[in-house]
Amino acid sequence: MPKMDMIQALNSALDVMMSRDPDVLVFGEDVGYFGGVFRVTDGLQRKHGLKRCFDTPISEGGIIATAIGMGAYGLRPVAEIQFADYILPAFDQLVSEAARLRYRSGGEFWAPITVRSPYGGGIFGGQTHSQSPEAIFAHVTGLKTVIPSNPYDAKGLLIASIEDDDPVIFLEPKRIYNGPFDGHHDRALKTWAESPGSDVPEGHYTVPLGKAAVVREGREATVLAYGTMVHVAKSGIEESGVDAELIDLRSIVPLDIDTIVASVRKTGRCIILHEASRFGGFGGELSSLVQERCFYHLKSPIGRVAGWDTPYPHAFEWDYFPGPARLAAALKRVMED
Amino acid sequence: MSPQDPIGASSRPPLQLHIPEPPARPGQAPRFDHLPFSPAGAIRRPDPGVAEPEMRDLPYGLIRVLDDEGRAVGPWDPGLDAETLRRGLKVMAQTRAFDDRMFRAQRQGKTSFYMKSTGEEAIGAAQSMMLDRDDMCFPTYRVLSWLWARDYPMLDLVNQIFSNEGDPLKGRQLPILFSARDYGFYSLSGNLGTRFSQAVGWAMASAYRGDTKIALAYVGDGTTAEGDFHEALTFAAVYRAPVILCVTNNQWAISSYAGIAGAESTTFAAKAIAYGLPGLRVDGNDFLAVWAATVWAAERARTNKGATLIEFVTYRAAGHSTSDDPTRYRPAEEAACWPLGDPIERLKTHLIARGEWSAERHTQMEAELADGVRAAVKEGERIGTLGQSKPPVRQMFEDVFKEPDWRVLEQRRELGV
Repeated sequence: MPKMDMIQALNSALDVMMSRDPDVLVFGEDVGYFGGVFRVTDGLQRKHGLKRCFDTPISEGGIIATAIGMGAYGLRPVAEIQFADYILPAFDQLVSEAARLRYRSGGEFWAPITVRSPYGGGIFGGQTHSQSPEAIFAHVTGLKTVIPSNPYDAKGLLIASIEDDDPVIFLEPKRIYNGPFDGHHDRALKTWAESPGSDVPEGHYTVPLGKAAVVREGREATVLAYGTMVHVAKSGIEESGVDAELIDLRSIVPLDIDTIVASVRKTGRCIILHEASRFGGFGGELSSLVQERCFYHLKSPIGRVAGWDTPYPHAFEWDYFPGPARLAAALKRVMED
Repeated sequence: MSPQDPIGASSRPPLQLHIPEPPARPGQAPRFDHLPFSPAGAIRRPDPGVAEPEMRDLPYGLIRVLDDEGRAVGPWDPGLDAETLRRGLKVMAQTRAFDDRMFRAQRQGKTSFYMKSTGEEAIGAAQSMMLDRDDMCFPTYRVLSWLWARDYPMLDLVNQIFSNEGDPLKGRQLPILFSARDYGFYSLSGNLGTRFSQAVGWAMASAYRGDTKIALAYVGDGTTAEGDFHEALTFAAVYRAPVILCVTNNQWAISSYAGIAGAESTTFAAKAIAYGLPGLRVDGNDFLAVWAATVWAAERARTNKGATLIEFVTYRAAGHSTSDDPTRYRPAEEAACWPLGDPIERLKTHLIARGEWSAERHTQMEAELADGVRAAVKEGERIGTLGQSKPPVRQMFEDVFKEPDWRVLEQRRELGV
């Protein structure tokens, strides 16, 4: 089985789907001839033709509206928004249109679109190339939000998203495109080839939306994470010495509540880790769900480790980023409660 | 200028902020001299195949076919037979009859909200009749005439307006924010303009597949200020999408006159020029002109010449909705003074002048249409008006996703349905 990094795995997913289904087409800013600023669409135009993979104007609202119209026609468009920070001009189209079309039309129309977008920080991208807007989309009824953490999942989840008949926001943690970054920015980045999750079949397979993965089994606490933070969590758990169970949510809508609840009932402690700022973040929803369903099993308050409630600052990237040391400290703290 | 003031800063006039105001407010005499009108028949009709730079005069004229005596004149006369015109007249009259009845129903508390399209009936009627069944209209809430032109079952729409058990949209939408896929009527939303650019995507999909369907979309004059309008024109021009993009300039966006949307400085049709698209400015109260412009734009779309922007110059003779009183912001008699008249009266006059219609037949038709509307509304009332009947509450939880996720299932159980 070939080894792939995240970029190759995502590219393979698009290639497989474009080969299988003539209704799948790919468009966005710089995705055509050039192959995308992160190279995810590299070679697709050359292989599948200009009409199947093409550049768009710098117009996120226009890109998503076009995708919705195409989806309503019967195609399965995959639109790229170059950075998740730039998705907001399309917010109305996503929230008021893509998410509601099936409901408001009584099932007459729907938008089976996939919106791919690199997201998250750790690349010195400053305020406008680092944000994690997943909670904003998770809050919107009618959208699915998917976040892979390794090449195998990235390909399987992207294929599942394209085949899904509902609109999917597919957020790609750009810090782990080339390797499983664990938050230790001062150390050399491991490559995917030497890491788990990089054996990726060449052909078609799916990783279903709404099924979390138990990345590490443990008895003393549960850590909920997704995207880059799965790798940060692995390091943080090891450094803490706490026997924590690590769950990679893989998609936050749909959310695998059963796996979460089973784990927290077993461990009695729960820490939620995400890069997005804490207040109103998705961790708040996770915390409520765990509290509602696991209250009598909890041995300590649920903890949240997240980005600070500031914009993502350029010079203070590593002060902002919720790295393994902060998770380790939180784990030790809940063990003392 | 002086050595002490080498750039002349001290002699500059104070800057002035300009806020457009309509030519007349309540209590003042209506005026329309700010709008350029052309005589019927005066505007040339280029071959639909010619390149856009050859027709940059068109957005500043006004394409009209029916003159003041009701004659069809000039190169845009589509030469329609009397049967088609009588059908168009009936569709427009039915639209008005339905609007009048439903407006009263709202006043009687039978529903929450309604919007009339009085004065604008020609646009949806002619375009719906002219375009193919497979084409898709991305409507506004003022083109119900599109549905009547395709014999949409009136009771279904009444049920939607009453949000009762028979509502095809399962009680989820504000009255007339409708959807009727089989009638080429895309799902309406209260967010203005969002579907304008979706229509371009829909048209691009038809071209992508090599099909022959085209799209048509509407926005009002006010909504041209939304980003969606510009996104639609950009994508339509860039990808040469087979789409007809229409601005129904009815002079008013709730209480803001078209000048607030930019009409003080140019025409809406002229916005096409910067995108390299043809822009037609058309008398929207002239059934024949609407038809002719649509034929022209459809031919361009169907022959891969791309999109056309059409501004229909019309007048919103009623309020924006049941929620506003237009006499609070414009002269009460402004509608009656509108220089382009009433679309139903104008087509009626034309048919009578051709010897194909009479005042008696018209009166009889109106009575029959009113009877038809009354019967449908009665039938809807039997099922129930707003609050008396509603679709099963369980349906509230359907269609959020194709398959419900655990949240929806859990909450449905929590509500006990």
